[in-house]
Amino acid sequence: MGRFHRHDGDAHDHSHDHPYDHSHDHSHANDHGDHSGYATGSERVVVLERIFEENDHTAAANRHDFDAAEVTAVNMMSSPGAGKTTILAETLRRLQGRLRIGVIEGDIETSIDADRLSGFGAAISLINTSNGFGGECHLDAPMVRSALPRLPLGELDLVIIENVGNLVCPAEFDVGAHASAMVYSVTEGEEKPLKYPVMFRSAQLVLVNKVDLIPHLDYDLKTFYRNLRNVNPGVTTIETSARTGQGIDEWCDWLCALRT
Amino acid sequence: MHELSICSSMVGIVRKHAAGRPVRAVHVRIGAMRQIVPDTLSYCWSLVTESSELADTELRIEQIPAKIKCRGCGTERTLDAPVLVCPDCVGQTVDLVQGDEFLITTLDLAEV
Repeated sequence: MGRFHRHDGDAHDHSHDHPYDHSHDHSHANDHGDHSGYATGSERVVVLERIFEENDHTAAANRHDFDAAEVTAVNMMSSPGAGKTTILAETLRRLQGRLRIGVIEGDIETSIDADRLSGFGAAISLINTSNGFGGECHLDAPMVRSALPRLPLGELDLVIIENVGNLVCPAEFDVGAHASAMVYSVTEGEEKPLKYPVMFRSAQLVLVNKVDLIPHLDYDLKTFYRNLRNVNPGVTTIETSARTGQGIDEWCDWLCALRT
Repeated sequence: MHELSICSSMVGIVRKHAAGRPVRAVHVRIGAMRQIVPDTLSYCWSLVTESSELADTELRIEQIPAKIKCRGCGTERTLDAPVLVCPDCVGQTVDLVQGDEFLITTLDLAEV
């Protein structure tokens, strides 16, 4: 539909007679002309606002609270069933007496994981992500913020944020942690870094878990490492087995080193 | 389905900038290195805005390809796979120079 704009100062007609509605295709960012009498007109305003701005703002507040309490926070991510909770339980057991640990546990609907982590002297704050639209697939910064008052930050050295098991969504949300670690299990296949590059790129450390199963699988560790380095060249890796305990001490040392 | 909570954030940004004026269209820019599915985002947008003043607001999505630049040879490449290495320079760091975007660029507001 054609429109007529009269600009202040220099009145000129640039009405259009296109056969299609192009009212969305005009830039009117700096156009403050007289548009009266043209109820179908629209004005384009420039926003240029990052959609994660609000989340990132809260993430910064979380990080500030961790820093103020001299706590190091680690965001732990994985797909469901990669072994995150098993590794975490073993981590809490081994680091008992070495680090004072708090856990923020993201879980859809249940407290099963939190129950598995109890008994190791760690403070646990459960976030049930089932509010809103039938359960979230990730933790975001406001959710983590809501869990902070339930942790005695002043008495802790390390907070591990166990994210919701999912290779897509958690990678997009900064929760205010100082470092991100990912648990990947070899049963997921070698190609996963290429399919979920955002997640694999966001981690400083990847635990390659369930390596004790490799003899039973058609799995090529070299192919996995090549795919991983393609999306995240500088990433640290530790081969682990939560079942045999392989690599868990090395992972605990990595966590302790974050404190220095 | 993080698109759902993302759409809730978007509604907040749109309302703030629209300041009560009817919104015809929201223009969003999404980089290829974001795991945000345009169709899912559009679907979630319709869910989140349903029976609100933004129900008829159109979501217009501009997709931006991922581009890397090698610190060794300076070559820029547009990626068709998420492989962040320079094929010519072994071991050189590459920077993602484009493809990380996720923002609302402009709004089309009805004139009142």
